[in-house]
Amino acid sequence: MLEIKNLHATVDGAEILKGIDLTINAGEVHAIMGPNGSGKSTLSYLLSGREGYEMTEGSVLFKGKELLDLEPEERAGEGLFLAFQYPVEIPGVPNTTFLKEAVNAVRKYRGESELDAMEFVKQLRAKTKELGVNPDFLKRAVNAGFSGGEKKRNEMLQMAMLEPSLCLLDETDSGLDIDALKAVAEGVNAMRGPERAMLVITHYQRLLTYIVPDKVHVLSKGRIVRSGGPELAQELEEKGYTESVEAA
Amino acid sequence: MAASVETVEQVQSLGERYKYGWSTDLEMETAPKGLNEDIIRFISAKKDEPEWMLEWRLKAYAHWQTMPEPKWAKVEHPPIDYQDVYYYAAPKLAEKPKSLDEVDPKLLETYEKLGIPLKEQEMLAGVAVDAVFDSVSVATTFKKKLSEVGVIFCSISEAIQDHPELVRKYLGSVVPYADNKHACLNTAVFTDGSFVYIPPGVRCPMELSTYFRINAENTGQFERTLIIADKGSYVSYLEGCTAPQRDENQLHAAVVELIALDDAEIKYSTVQNWYPGDEDGKGGIYNFVTKRGLCKGTNSKISWTQVETGSAITWKYPSCVLQGDNSVGEFYSIAITNNLQQADTGTKMIHLGKNTSSRIISKGISAGRSAQTYRGLVRMGGKAEQARNYTQCDSLLIGETCAAHTVPYIESKNRSARIEHEATTSRISEDQLFYCRQRGIGQEEAVALVVNGFCREVLQQLPMEFAVEAQKLVGISLEGSVG
Repeated sequence: MLEIKNLHATVDGAEILKGIDLTINAGEVHAIMGPNGSGKSTLSYLLSGREGYEMTEGSVLFKGKELLDLEPEERAGEGLFLAFQYPVEIPGVPNTTFLKEAVNAVRKYRGESELDAMEFVKQLRAKTKELGVNPDFLKRAVNAGFSGGEKKRNEMLQMAMLEPSLCLLDETDSGLDIDALKAVAEGVNAMRGPERAMLVITHYQRLLTYIVPDKVHVLSKGRIVRSGGPELAQELEEKGYTESVEAA
Repeated sequence: MAASVETVEQVQSLGERYKYGWSTDLEMETAPKGLNEDIIRFISAKKDEPEWMLEWRLKAYAHWQTMPEPKWAKVEHPPIDYQDVYYYAAPKLAEKPKSLDEVDPKLLETYEKLGIPLKEQEMLAGVAVDAVFDSVSVATTFKKKLSEVGVIFCSISEAIQDHPELVRKYLGSVVPYADNKHACLNTAVFTDGSFVYIPPGVRCPMELSTYFRINAENTGQFERTLIIADKGSYVSYLEGCTAPQRDENQLHAAVVELIALDDAEIKYSTVQNWYPGDEDGKGGIYNFVTKRGLCKGTNSKISWTQVETGSAITWKYPSCVLQGDNSVGEFYSIAITNNLQQADTGTKMIHLGKNTSSRIISKGISAGRSAQTYRGLVRMGGKAEQARNYTQCDSLLIGETCAAHTVPYIESKNRSARIEHEATTSRISEDQLFYCRQRGIGQEEAVALVVNGFCREVLQQLPMEFAVEAQKLVGISLEGSVG
């Protein structure tokens, strides 16, 4: 699904990623852990196409296509979804409107017919119920005045509606209390499946208690320094990054 | 369902940069170029006007020649050559059509291109349309239904013939002929426009709508609109404009007067989409409009809502004179400028009566190399006990080369009056655009979505059929502004 080879990238001219190799197959959930400044967010922004992040060497293949040649909206159309660490507020734009725009834009990209208002609302209601999201949520402007937990749930709702094939979860646990964390994890787990891959980027191990990954990678100073199974996350939690990284 | 969904759909469906860039080939009957007393007599004679009307026109013309151009707006343009303008152009018709069937099919076709099939509107939308093509009204629908409740909705020319007592009483009573140079010119040369009278206690059974369309090269458009809401009545009036693409600048100086008597309410909505000129600022309409409402009676209310996306230059300040005690004035505005467009727009709220209140919500969006100014006056007169005003002015900048200015004038001669003013200026956020795009929404659709969100408070004030068009215009007028 995703094949990253020798990826080097700069932000504002400074090299942040210094040769990353990572392959994620359909059906797999990978976690990338690392201390602050290790390049975790750079990786997620680079993959999703945020301006200012530049690949200087290497390649990123997504379903066999050069991912970084595509515009951000094309990447979304191809099935890449980024759950933002800090979801953005869009005042005045109701959640429902935003979701309908997004869903139909992606459907259009994929050559599928756009959903009419009735069909869309039907699907939206179903997903809202599944995720235990308060329907009032849909009438409110996108993330405007939402609590941290509400914003993350909204990301999960968008993810569920867009049905991506690769989900990037960027520090999805940040700012969440334990109940919200569990709810978000449930949403993510419900979407796990043989056709879908996930990359969970996190600083802390606690999210991985609820979203158990197939593989864990440790990112440090722009490189993956260790890879292992879920037990690696536990080790990091106990020993801390410094010791674990040095052990590598 | 929120309409910004439609916006993007509509934007996608349109594709072209300026949809309305064609002209209709119609034989025009024009007066010679230029302005003098003879031209004014010609116009008046063409319309078979009574002597008092001609006198008023001539008085205005004499005064106009002595008036300086208004200089206070922050707009720049070469001096206007008033002698290089045609002041009268009318589609050739043997006599006035009695129904749509008698209307030149080419005209109807033009309206259909604009997305306003008269026949369909007549049947489906329940909107009475007084269509102004160049300067002469060619079709008035629903007259019968309106006349059943006593509502008069006709062209101003007809009103001068058929209801001279109302016209004489109110025409020029809110905007005097000497008000400003543009209004004065309009008084001298106006060719047509709409007239509405709502009798006491009547709630107008439908939205009244006029589509204006400029269609002849070098033809100045001088519309005159007069709306009178008698005691306890209500009317909602829609005005929408699109113009075909032209290289030469076209002068437009309209005057709209509204009068609300005791307990009456007038809601006046405009979507203005005249040709804004090309990317280098060539061509486009000069839109110099004087719009003013008089809340003459107690508890009366006048509400202006405008969406201004077109014109090379917009000079427009729909205002309310709150004369009656407890009267209410509102101004909701969206102004969008792109490329080299200039807009100096806002409102005046003149509080004269006791306990009068006004509300101003202005959303300005500047893109490209455009410049935009909100200019607003809130004046509390000495007798305006307990009067209050709330003003909110938000500016959104797109790109690095546009400008937004806010110029509020506040005058209070009454200690009990309360005035609040809030203003913000922000830039369209890269974060918002990236967030939209990551969800699959294209760049231009993302801009349209975010801007529609920014304008939501004003868009919600528009009647449904206008809201859709307005949202679509928001997207179209900002095409090419990002990226």
